[in-house]
Amino acid sequence: MSSKAQRQPATVTCLVVAILAIWMILAAFPFLWTLWGSFKVEGDFFSKANWANALTGRLTLIETGGPFTSDGYYGAWVQEEFWRAALNSTIVCFFVVTISLTLGTLGGYALARSTYRYAFWFLLAALIFRAMPPITLVSGYLPVFFQWNLWGHTATTVIVLVAINQPFTLWMLHSFFKNIPAELDESAMVDGCTRFQAFRNVIIPVMWPGVITTGLFSFLLAYNDFAVTTMLLSKENQTMIPKVASFLGTTQTKGNVMFAVSSVVSVTAPLFLMVLFFQRQIVSGLTAGAVKG
Amino acid sequence: MKHKPFFWFVFPSALAMLLFIFFPIVSVIVQSVHVEHEQVIKIVETCDLFGCKESTTVDHDANAALRSERPLGQFSGLKIYADRNHLAIDDLGGNWTSSKSWRDFGTQILNLPFYKAITFTLVFTFVVTPLVIIFGFVVAVSVNSAVKKIRGPLIFFSLLPMMITPLVGALILFWMVDARGIVGSTLQYLAGDPDLSVKASTPLTWVMLMVYGVWHAAPFAFIVYYAGLQSVSQDTLEAARVDGANRWLQIRHVIIPHLLPLTTFIALMQLMDNFRVFEPIVSFSAEAHATSLSWAIYNDLGGETRQLSSAAATSVLTIIGVAILLSPVLVRTWREYDRK
Repeated sequence: MSSKAQRQPATVTCLVVAILAIWMILAAFPFLWTLWGSFKVEGDFFSKANWANALTGRLTLIETGGPFTSDGYYGAWVQEEFWRAALNSTIVCFFVVTISLTLGTLGGYALARSTYRYAFWFLLAALIFRAMPPITLVSGYLPVFFQWNLWGHTATTVIVLVAINQPFTLWMLHSFFKNIPAELDESAMVDGCTRFQAFRNVIIPVMWPGVITTGLFSFLLAYNDFAVTTMLLSKENQTMIPKVASFLGTTQTKGNVMFAVSSVVSVTAPLFLMVLFFQRQIVSGLTAGAVKG
Repeated sequence: MKHKPFFWFVFPSALAMLLFIFFPIVSVIVQSVHVEHEQVIKIVETCDLFGCKESTTVDHDANAALRSERPLGQFSGLKIYADRNHLAIDDLGGNWTSSKSWRDFGTQILNLPFYKAITFTLVFTFVVTPLVIIFGFVVAVSVNSAVKKIRGPLIFFSLLPMMITPLVGALILFWMVDARGIVGSTLQYLAGDPDLSVKASTPLTWVMLMVYGVWHAAPFAFIVYYAGLQSVSQDTLEAARVDGANRWLQIRHVIIPHLLPLTTFIALMQLMDNFRVFEPIVSFSAEAHATSLSWAIYNDLGGETRQLSSAAATSVLTIIGVAILLSPVLVRTWREYDRK
């Protein structure tokens, strides 16, 4: 590696540095800018006079007496009850991840171990389901949910998200279980275990790395979803993303766009931490499907 | 694995997908060929001192009875598909005869909601996908030639635009390009036009949406390519170098052929994902300038009057679009399975 670096001409080095610098600004700057701006008043973050006001906080100083203000956060979390949406999001994500993984590990394991052709057909069907845009499915749910009074409940949304999540979860865990040698559970079955006992005692203890990676993506799907949650949840059961979207409709006119800015930062923070702690798993999960294929 | 345990292992997952993915697709198809019942009108005769008068009122009991008897509504065949909000066959014919040139015909078509949506969706899909591949590749090669120590932080920041909630990520960019935001005012300065507003201009809105699309998806291409670069054979590279290949030739003849299968994978995934484009249009409040198929469904479903049949018809048309884009993926998966 070092010999290669030495041979690298100066122009190439400059080009690489330039590309990386531009990309880093593109990727990270919007987040830093919004984080910084969320502690200012609207007049500074959306400054008519001079964009640099957002950095110095001229109006923030005049209006609130300090260079930073947490008014936006107070307004969103307390006044507009964003905490309720955060709580709902936590509940939805927790149940979606646990149920998805439970169903997914059982299904993925069976699909990895079956040698019959129908297992392949099953995976192919899952692939087709994975390609369906969620909003087209929502237009299929609505009339039925209205008729049976299922609309608006958290439980309904959880089950819907679990189902939408299944195709991806199955594919990922299927390819993960394929990498666990089949001799492991087969030898347990030779020793007299049933299929389920073999799964319970031999496979479960070694499956956690794959399950954690898949869980991260299930979490992302539930956390980031807008189409399903905005259409299927009643106002008091709303999760964070539809709540942010509702700020746009109501508060932009009232001049409280800073509520939306601060809630956007609040939504981003957990994702930021997740990438920070699980970077390796996320990268391995993203490349699992690709590199093998 | 034997049939019986396989069945029980797969059963919960299969049931969930059957109930909440397969049935809704069927339900959407059924709904799209039904319309709501017309109101049952009854004629009531009211008599008073001055004689009898006939008046018409809505018969609520009969309406309710009809609705509970046939909750789907009236069968309407393909009428919804042909109406102005979908394929607009009559309008299309009218425009064809009335328009003087291709250009004229094009503008008229873009006023029809369905064609407006599908035009943007397709342009978005086929512009963003190649750009994502190019950007992802350039960034991956650059990160790969950076010093090992800083690669971790580089990857961390590169992942952020992809991990962020689409709605939220689009909002962050939208606020920056606002006429009063940092990028918006920079653009005004560069263009020398203090009234320039991205929001108010159709071409600029399209460009912004696509910039968002590339920003959001490029990290995916980057990460896949970066993983691919780790498995480039060092021997082949060394051999190329000995033969006098410069950096560009090494990339052209060793690295790109090695990454080609990954490119197919990224392209197929991205085509499907970009075809769903939806959240950025909500975030940018761009519906006056650009709509997508998913947005059209969302728009029909929301609001005071839920137009379920109309949404269902658009959904079916979207599913047909997805099916066309999906077919190469299925063929590829099929071949791979047979090879094994």
